[in-house]
Amino acid sequence: MAPPAQSQRSSSPSQPSGKSEVSDLKLQLRQLAGSRAPGVDDSKRELFKKVISYMTIGIDVSSLFGEMVMCSATSDIVLKKMCYLYVGNYAKVNPDLALLTINFLQRDCHDEDPMIRGLALRSLCSLRVANLVEYLVGPLGSGLKDSNSYVRIVAVIGVLKLYHISVSTCVDADFPSILKHLMLNDSDTQVVANCLSALQEIWSAEASTSEEASREREALISKPVIYYLLNRIKEFSEWAQCLVLELVAKYMPLESDEIFDIMNLLEDRLQHANGAVVLATIKVFLQLTLSLTDVHQQVYERIKAPLLTLVSSGSPEQSYAVLSHLHILVMRAPYIFSSDYKHFYCQYNEPYYVKRLKLEMLTAVANESNTYEIVTELCEYAANVDIPIARESIRAVGKIALQQYDVNAIVDRLLQFLEMEKDYVTAEALVLVKDLLRKYPQWSHDCIAVVGNISSKNVQEPKAKAALIWMLGEYSQDMQDAPYILESLVENWDEEHSAEVRLHLLTAVMKCFFKRPPETQNALGAALAAGIADFHQDVHDRALFYYRILQYNVSVAEHVVNPPKQAVSVFADTQSSEIKDRIFDEFNSLSVVYQKPSYMFTDKEHRGPFEFSDELGNLSIGGEAADNVVSAQRVEANDKDLLLTTSEKEETRGSSNNGTDYTAPYDSSSTSVFASQTRMELEISNPTSAGHAPQASLGIDDLLGLGLPAAPAPSSPQLKLSSKAVLDPSAFQQKWRQLPVALSQECSVSPQGVAAFTSPQALLRHMQSHSIHCIASGGQSPNFKFFFFAQKAEETSNYLVECVINTSSAKAQIKIKADDQSTSSAFSTVFQSALSRFGIP
Amino acid sequence: MISQLFVLSQRGDNIVFRGYRGEVQRGSAEIFFRKVRFWNDDGEGDAPPAFNVNGVNYFHVRVSGLLFVATTRVNVSPSLVLELLQRIARLIKDYLGVLNEDSLRKNFVLVYELLDEVLDFGYVQTTSTEVLKSYVFNEPVMIDAARMPSLGPAAIFMQGNKRMPGTAITKSVVVNEPGGRRREEIFVDVIEKISVTFSASGYILTSEIDGTIQMKSYLTGNPEILLALNDDLNIGRVDYRSSYGSGAVILDDCNFHESVQLNSFDIDRTLTLVPPDGEFSVMNYRMTQEFKPPFRINALLEEAGLLKAELILKVQAEFSSSITANSILVQMPVPTYTTRVSLDLEPGAVANTTDYKESSKRLEWGLKKIVGGSEHTLRAKLTFAQEPHGNITKEAGPVSMTFTIPMYNASRLQVKYLQMAKKSNTYNPYRWVRYVTEANSYVARL
Repeated sequence: MAPPAQSQRSSSPSQPSGKSEVSDLKLQLRQLAGSRAPGVDDSKRELFKKVISYMTIGIDVSSLFGEMVMCSATSDIVLKKMCYLYVGNYAKVNPDLALLTINFLQRDCHDEDPMIRGLALRSLCSLRVANLVEYLVGPLGSGLKDSNSYVRIVAVIGVLKLYHISVSTCVDADFPSILKHLMLNDSDTQVVANCLSALQEIWSAEASTSEEASREREALISKPVIYYLLNRIKEFSEWAQCLVLELVAKYMPLESDEIFDIMNLLEDRLQHANGAVVLATIKVFLQLTLSLTDVHQQVYERIKAPLLTLVSSGSPEQSYAVLSHLHILVMRAPYIFSSDYKHFYCQYNEPYYVKRLKLEMLTAVANESNTYEIVTELCEYAANVDIPIARESIRAVGKIALQQYDVNAIVDRLLQFLEMEKDYVTAEALVLVKDLLRKYPQWSHDCIAVVGNISSKNVQEPKAKAALIWMLGEYSQDMQDAPYILESLVENWDEEHSAEVRLHLLTAVMKCFFKRPPETQNALGAALAAGIADFHQDVHDRALFYYRILQYNVSVAEHVVNPPKQAVSVFADTQSSEIKDRIFDEFNSLSVVYQKPSYMFTDKEHRGPFEFSDELGNLSIGGEAADNVVSAQRVEANDKDLLLTTSEKEETRGSSNNGTDYTAPYDSSSTSVFASQTRMELEISNPTSAGHAPQASLGIDDLLGLGLPAAPAPSSPQLKLSSKAVLDPSAFQQKWRQLPVALSQECSVSPQGVAAFTSPQALLRHMQSHSIHCIASGGQSPNFKFFFFAQKAEETSNYLVECVINTSSAKAQIKIKADDQSTSSAFSTVFQSALSRFGIP
Repeated sequence: MISQLFVLSQRGDNIVFRGYRGEVQRGSAEIFFRKVRFWNDDGEGDAPPAFNVNGVNYFHVRVSGLLFVATTRVNVSPSLVLELLQRIARLIKDYLGVLNEDSLRKNFVLVYELLDEVLDFGYVQTTSTEVLKSYVFNEPVMIDAARMPSLGPAAIFMQGNKRMPGTAITKSVVVNEPGGRRREEIFVDVIEKISVTFSASGYILTSEIDGTIQMKSYLTGNPEILLALNDDLNIGRVDYRSSYGSGAVILDDCNFHESVQLNSFDIDRTLTLVPPDGEFSVMNYRMTQEFKPPFRINALLEEAGLLKAELILKVQAEFSSSITANSILVQMPVPTYTTRVSLDLEPGAVANTTDYKESSKRLEWGLKKIVGGSEHTLRAKLTFAQEPHGNITKEAGPVSMTFTIPMYNASRLQVKYLQMAKKSNTYNPYRWVRYVTEANSYVARL
């Protein structure tokens, strides 16, 4: 045969138009159709190959359908298979002709050879023609009962294909319940696995309209089914094992003994060479131990070595998939990985996407003991020829500086970057020095000395230029040339293309003016004139605003534009903890690789089995309608949250207190809207007028739980909690898994609270005195995790809380679930005010 | 669930295209290829193995210059799909003997047959060569293996090593030798990739060995075999100091193929397995215990007058003289403002190549062979267009090196013996145990 190569270079000018070749083939096929000459099968094979090679490169050969079917009467199995492949491809567009094939396919379904039976059945179900479904039911029914497992394997998937062509035909023939029976009884594990895949798909799709289907779907993760599958796990192929493990991860054991039994049974799966099996096992371990904080942490320790081994064996692609999962674990619990930092060093030949993940991990695991080495390593990358990685490395050094208390050494390194005189290094370093100064103003002296030597002409990138200008304004009293540099920048106003830079320039000139009025007056006048004439709306508005406020009262203007500043304690994460948790719940899926929860990149119907448990939780609480509403709201809330956090959010430890006028409970919907609006206001008002409008921020801070401990307690929260609440751990776990998150918030812990944190026990006693009881706790400095519960005084309505406290950042992440969702925000207020009073005598 | 699976040539031509579920449009291959091709336009290097375009997730692995791609709309497990693509590539190689564009084009019907059995409606059915043998009927059309570079790490055994029957590596599992007889043989390859980073002063900053014991079996009837490793092999970081120096081999961690029985592994370090047909990894392991690196690299870069600098690169082979390393390549980026480079080899150097890549500002020094115990030096004079900004060593380097050393392994992990579980006088197949060490990331900083 002539290799198809010649005809396949689709971009070459010799690309066959297809037409003449196809009609040629048609002729030849006709000649062979009736022939019984010896060797005719060989010639047919060659022709069929040609047809399929055209099909592959996208030439339409559907016009040969009739001839192909005529030639298919053969006992040659290779020919048969090629013919099936062809028919499967074109039947959908040729439903009438497809009818022609039914005959020979049906005949083959009764062949003596089980392989022919299987092949024919598979092709029959792959025709995807709606009006032929009546021909499928019979062969499928007998296929499912076939004595040969190959035929049964094919038939089970055939049922799923039928379901996708015609739901009613499939359901009316009662195929789902036959599959269920096969799944629990068949001796061949591939039959079992296919039944499981098919049933998951069918029942998930049916669950929205049928009560029974949703019960059936739930039954898949019931104890008997799970145990039956687990007991046979080693008989399954490695791929089917993944399928079973994915299901087990959704199972909720009632007793902790079960958890340990399952983990012991699966322990050796962690040594499997197939990364997919290992990750699926890890997901089971992580999900099972979510409520057992200590064990959960041990799981992290246990899975470290297998993950690292997978990262370093296999192809780069496989290793990337595993590394992404290691990344999410490191970001979640950096302290567990802090001694393994050398594994996250970049190798010079790794691709960008791997290096980027590793840099993030290095940043996360940096602590007192390893920072020196990590920063030294990062500085090597900063000098690297790979510019994007050099930039990321400098940013990483900066992030480490911002998260460490001891920054001396790092500041020196950053300043060295400025002296390297590479444009992109200078640019990145300037941005970092700016952030550093916002957090550690005490370093201004050292930094300003070096920054002052940088000529603004060498800085072109808008972000860097803006940073330099900000420093010129902020520290104009310490930089001799500041007014003159700013003046020359104002002179070149028209050449400055970035609006961001022009905005910063306006503000910087204002600040400089308040500090050194005589030297800056000219520049200010020029800047305001240029700004008011600017075509960019924001620049224009800001210039006008400055102009008018100066006109009104210069000292007020100073108070607005250049108020005393408080150092930023923690720069906000770009991703909310809600989003991170959702990604973690979708462990071992693309969500982890994309670093986005599935709803952000996949439409509802394709979210796959990973959303399963979530929906299940909702289903068991309420009816269909309520269910939909809840999930819609949650998604919306998430989106809002995301918007809020991406706008560069800064948590300032405001000096305001919480003399509150907020009283619970509100009607739940209005509360949440109110809360999110005021939060939004806070984000906007904070950077420009920090501390300026204490009146307004009072109530807002309280809503956010930012209240400082010195404050008097909210006089009497209307939500009364029972001091004698009881909830046993298994009931807690059950509820925790079933209920959706009603509220997820982050709040600050007072310095006194952090100081009192020498033992978590103290917190437990403290919370108990507020009728909030701890059910599980764990973690080690600086991360602690607690599960609390509380009950309403007059009725048994439960509140469940997961509270993660990080003592180094003085933050608490709170997730609240409640039986009665409408009161969850009221409860949150009670909880946060209790927490805020921790450590106050 | 996988929606489509296709194999593209380097130029983006469809060689095989199989749709399983009809949820993704037909033009996906073009969308994919364009995306991968222009990924770097955003300055982010190569396209990652999984990405999403308009709700369709594209997965790909590169094997032998071919792109194996899967698409799906579902939020699946990425490692499952990528493992599967890799496995499919290996499966095709088992059948065709050699995997490349040419062999694939000649055998695309066979590949379709395989893909039909491996996946049904997007669900994985089987990837076992034995099982597939009974369902796949096309005979592979063999291509002339000798002129084709073959796939995988085992390919290195083909180069100039007379002890090995080179063609065995490229033998199909289903085709008989000329004469209709199958040769009973089994290959065990211990392949180690080593990563070392030397500091400017020659101190070892990090080192790691990633090893794999790879097996390729051509035994009929799949007999059970025993594979014994060193007695003094330890796994997990047992007390580091007490065991170091005692000569014990300490692996940080390892994992095993599912056919491996570990019943007696804890007692006598013996693996029992029934090897499946074709090529697979019996065991992967990772070691960070200190080891003696095969090469020492010394690089000295000094300014030598105005706008000039001198570089001395020295490579020392620190292994036994009975061993020879192959295909060595030493590379080093020089400062971006370098205008001219003159390279000087030591007198008497043979089979050396030197090159200065102007476009990437990089020195390349190739050596065909390095015999154990020997030392090689390259001198270079650099001319600059501008004055260096202070420390010149921050503007150049690091030096990186790639090499292959057959019959050498740095970890000292050994296959003590390879036995048939049932001894028989009449059945004594050929057994090959081979070692090889390759550089993964072998770097010396300036």
